[in-house]
Amino acid sequence: MLKQCEGSHAVAATVALCRPEVICAYPISPQTHIVEGLSEMVRDGTLPGCEFINVESEFAALSVAIGSSAAGARSYTATASQGLLYMAEAVWNASGLGLPIVMTLANRAIGAPINIWNDHTDAMSMRDAGWIQLFAENNQEAADLHIQAFRLAEEVSLPIMVCMDGFILTHAYEGVDIPTQEQVDAYLPPYEPRQVLDPRDPVSIGAMVGPEAFTEVRYLAHAKQMQALELIPQLAAEFQQQFGRDSGGLIRQYRMEDADTVVIALGSVLGTIKDTIDDLRDEGNKIGVLGITSFRPFPLTEIRDAVSHVRRVVVVEKCFAVGIGGIVSRDVRTAMRNRPQPLYCVVAGLGGRAITKDSLHQLFMEAIEDKLEPLTFLDLDWNAVNRELERERLTRRSGPIAENLLRDLGVVAARVG
Amino acid sequence: MEKPFAITLDVGSSLANKTGTWRTYRPQYVDRLPPCNNACPAGENIQEWLFHAESGDYEQAWRALTANNPLPAVMGRVCYHPCETACNRGQLDESVGINSVERFLGDQAIKLGWKFTPPASSSGKQVLVVGAGPSGLSAAYHLARLGHQVTIQEAGPFAGGMMRFGIPKYRLPRDVLDAEVQRILDLGVVLQLNTKVENIEQSMKAGGFDAAFLAVGAHIAKRAYIPAADSARMLDAMQVLRGMEDEEKPMLGRRVVVYGGGNTALDVARTAKRLGATDAIIVYRRTREKMPAHDFEVEEALQEGIMIKWLSTIKNMSDEGTLTVEKMALDASGFPQPTGEFETLESDSLVLALGQDVDLSLLNGVPGLEIKDGVVQVGTNMMTGRAGIFAGGDMVPSERTVTVAIGHGKKAARNIDAWLRGETFAPAPKHALAEFDKLNTWYYDDAPKMVRPTLDLARRQSTFEEVVGGLDESTALFEARRCLSCGNCFECDNCYGVCPDNAVIKLGPGNRFEFNYDYCKGCGICRTECPCGAIVMVPETI
Amino acid sequence: MTATTIKFYQTGTHTVGNRLLDPEHRSVQADMRRTNSLNSGHRACQGCGEALGARYAIDAAMQATDNQLIAANATGCLEVFSTPYPETSWQIPWIHSLFGNTAAVATGIAAAMRVKGRSDVRVVAQGGDGGTTDIGFGCLSGMFERNDDVLYICYDNEAYMNTGVQRSSATPGAARTATTPAVGTAPGNVFGQGKNLPLIAMAHEIPYVATAIVSELRDLEAKVKRAMEIRGARYIHVFVPCPLGWGTNSWDTIHIARLAKETGVFPVFEAERDQIVSVSKIRKQLPVEDYLRPQRRFAHLFSPKPNTDAIAHIQALADRNIRRFGLVDPAADTAIAAPVATGNP
Repeated sequence: MLKQCEGSHAVAATVALCRPEVICAYPISPQTHIVEGLSEMVRDGTLPGCEFINVESEFAALSVAIGSSAAGARSYTATASQGLLYMAEAVWNASGLGLPIVMTLANRAIGAPINIWNDHTDAMSMRDAGWIQLFAENNQEAADLHIQAFRLAEEVSLPIMVCMDGFILTHAYEGVDIPTQEQVDAYLPPYEPRQVLDPRDPVSIGAMVGPEAFTEVRYLAHAKQMQALELIPQLAAEFQQQFGRDSGGLIRQYRMEDADTVVIALGSVLGTIKDTIDDLRDEGNKIGVLGITSFRPFPLTEIRDAVSHVRRVVVVEKCFAVGIGGIVSRDVRTAMRNRPQPLYCVVAGLGGRAITKDSLHQLFMEAIEDKLEPLTFLDLDWNAVNRELERERLTRRSGPIAENLLRDLGVVAARVG
Repeated sequence: MEKPFAITLDVGSSLANKTGTWRTYRPQYVDRLPPCNNACPAGENIQEWLFHAESGDYEQAWRALTANNPLPAVMGRVCYHPCETACNRGQLDESVGINSVERFLGDQAIKLGWKFTPPASSSGKQVLVVGAGPSGLSAAYHLARLGHQVTIQEAGPFAGGMMRFGIPKYRLPRDVLDAEVQRILDLGVVLQLNTKVENIEQSMKAGGFDAAFLAVGAHIAKRAYIPAADSARMLDAMQVLRGMEDEEKPMLGRRVVVYGGGNTALDVARTAKRLGATDAIIVYRRTREKMPAHDFEVEEALQEGIMIKWLSTIKNMSDEGTLTVEKMALDASGFPQPTGEFETLESDSLVLALGQDVDLSLLNGVPGLEIKDGVVQVGTNMMTGRAGIFAGGDMVPSERTVTVAIGHGKKAARNIDAWLRGETFAPAPKHALAEFDKLNTWYYDDAPKMVRPTLDLARRQSTFEEVVGGLDESTALFEARRCLSCGNCFECDNCYGVCPDNAVIKLGPGNRFEFNYDYCKGCGICRTECPCGAIVMVPETI
Repeated sequence: MTATTIKFYQTGTHTVGNRLLDPEHRSVQADMRRTNSLNSGHRACQGCGEALGARYAIDAAMQATDNQLIAANATGCLEVFSTPYPETSWQIPWIHSLFGNTAAVATGIAAAMRVKGRSDVRVVAQGGDGGTTDIGFGCLSGMFERNDDVLYICYDNEAYMNTGVQRSSATPGAARTATTPAVGTAPGNVFGQGKNLPLIAMAHEIPYVATAIVSELRDLEAKVKRAMEIRGARYIHVFVPCPLGWGTNSWDTIHIARLAKETGVFPVFEAERDQIVSVSKIRKQLPVEDYLRPQRRFAHLFSPKPNTDAIAHIQALADRNIRRFGLVDPAADTAIAAPVATGNP
């Protein structure tokens, strides 16, 4: 049923249809509306057979999910940003133990400086934690990915982060088709755990594993992600068959057929990029876009095949590995190993900075002309940066950077302070 | 279920890890000799019968007790209980009242008519026991239970020996003695009273006996030379105490002086009091500390108004009964020395309680015997120099108590039995002593000793009713349960419980425990926490 | 005390078993059918108090729940020595997740049992003092505050033993650890308030809080049983000597625990909500020196010269415990009432 609703509520309603049995959460913007919605459904009985547990931290939130999942209950939580870092130890633990928890990550920047707005730094900080990471382009996909995530997680016994851009998606009202309970039930069977804490068949879960078997355990985690690589397109196809919608999968291609230039990105920014590319196409440029839905496992082969014919690749990413550069672009480079095409890494939208069509248009034109630096920061205010660098050169006690910049930009008193 | 590799494990798999290889010391269960057992002259397995009594199985306790001593009701009254002196509990609070429980069991047996189990088969051998005192009765009992035909020849008119003629009724009621003697006779032992053996070899030949056990006791009172006028009334303790068994009680008068410091002196003085003496005075040449009599008897006597003149000797006695008494002083080595100071003491009679000698006339003409200091010498097997003739009790060198005599009877019986079969009796080797420092006394609750009720003083001074009462069932049970079980596992489950490695296997009631050396790491907690010291740690050898 | 006081004259209620007790009064550990939840073959040091305490507690919990029990375990000695791949010593469904999240994992298990309609299955969380009073404190407090149906058992050996004896917030003043060495003007751990977790648990007003000690098995078992009769958050703090970390003889583990109680160093009590409902009295009061002297972690208090100030400080803390919890009953006659002899002479 098509509903005009906030992204968070669409996700909450869809998660509820997945019949989670234990939901635990600690509030953090911009995840709050999702768990608020679920808590209300548990309270008012629209989500029966489910425990909603208000915990004292994200660390506890995921830990409760670890316990409930190990005890055989379908378990769900949601977080963002600092919260993901606060639960980092448990993030690794959940995947190490092979527990099929589904967690929504309302992507948000990581401080300091503290910042509640969207980028992908949080998800990228956990990209090696062993979780499957799926990125939603819009609210419909965000909702649909949760249904597929529970199915996939339980099939391969791995936890899954469904990443949706904070505020841009979570707080945006769009029309979303919320499926019926029957549809979801037909797609998602009850949870059959691979291992479970049960007095009738006791096992010890979480042994200490030494050098003699640790590599094998890690390899098996990798092997499971490789299985997921096979499964994700199948599940997306099955989903399309049952729900009549194209959601999920490994990658999504747009106007790629004869493209010389391909832009690669994740998440909601794909919408703006597609609009820009439509304009560029209209202007006669052979440019296309490739959206990555499954960042972990990373679809190396699919990307390699998709870009085999192009002349250049531009990766627009909302994250940044300080001291080296792009994160997504490095993985794309791995997919393009032994290929001669240039790859331009563009860091954009950090901390919620708007990625405008104008900026993208200019950026892509420079790429087409191969004028881009290998690493570009979209719309970087060089004046502000240079002023601060100069200040630091002149004065030992140069003061806090963030506050200096805001003062330079004249926004301290007027808009933030 | 199909489990994730390495991180999920099957229960019980740690049994593959044999941690026993870590051990440098290994625990072992041991049995130690409890001090009570060690101290018992009758060789009773006190701890064993207390164990049965603790669970309220009094008959089993009595049977365990009488495996070594057939006279528990008597012993529970007259034994000086060296077991209690040795009892480790004495160092904790007060010793276990072993003697009280023994009496309770003995009395219970009489009350309920428990009988000894007759021997399974007869040996066909005849054994003569001379003397129906404690030693002779004990020997007869054990020999009978070993299947031998026993005849006791007793010179006197009653069985019991010094138990009857040396111990007053107020300490040992005669019906108790009679009941326990009768139970022995019920095993088929023949008792011939008023049958004095004049010549042992003749008696043996006449009766066709294969062996003999002599236990004639020491009944001849020792005399001291005290110059006395003709009409002075001077008696010996044996006369007085034996006379108490006759119809005519001895006439002692109102002021009775008893000379001596042993238990017999006290018995006579207390008897005199009960016969109506207003004053019963004991004259003893040394101090209370040096007195051979047992302290509790001295205490009871003093309660009853017996007076004791310490450091005094009697020099002479006049017609009127006036005694001249010299004061003594202890010298540096603790011996009394005359001081030359004299005083007088009025008396109606003077009773000498200076000890007894043995009448050895029955041994005249027996070759190979060695007699020294008025007693017969015997080997460790209780056999005299004459093969087949054994002896015990007061007529052989040893402490003269009923308990020692009973022990002699048992020991002699076992040796006679072996000798009759042409063998040598070899007692089981003794375990090392269970000393107090081997115990972990934390585990024992504080529990005061049960005190036996005592007859009120007025009745004690005027009647021959038994002074000390017995415990009832609840108090006897309580007292039995005060036993610490020194040195021997009593299945408290401590080792089973305190092992951090579950390396103790419980074998079930009565079967104790085993160590599982596959997993025992040798930490030694079981040893430390064993209440009774029944575990030792021994170094592992490589 | 909730332990049935059975006065058995020979060994009181102090030994593990007693052949003369009624079966219902016997300890779980005396039972040949006990579950040995933590089985042989584990790799705890010789004389490990934690291994002992854990088996006592979990066996008791198993009996109380008719074996319907799941345990979550914090990282630490207990976890490492019990489940090194490929062997586990646990006979029960058991999970180790992390060092600091055990209470939360247990909450999750309890929630799962509830939604699965398996409320008969009870959940125990367990950890050492570090995993409880320090790194796991946040999750523990949260579990308490939500009153989740979990029994949390802390095995307190007063330092981080698994990592090599470093100070925790449960380490007592003056104790030498690897991070509070016995050097300088105030050797060993500083004297502070410490983190008294049983009292903190009581401040959460959870239904049940108790302390226990490996030297009082029956008391410990009774408390676990009691805890299992209650729904909601429960906390039992078990004092477990560590021969390695404390520098004590492997055979003295129980002895040392006993001294901790008899000196007043470790109060043994039981509370419901925020009220103390029973106290295990000191049987034979001893000076703290008796407790300190056998432990090498306190050796610097006695040599080269006695540190009388520090010893007096520890004694004052023990005395405070004694006053605060009423550990010594001045009128108490520890001897049992003797039955009166009624035999007639």
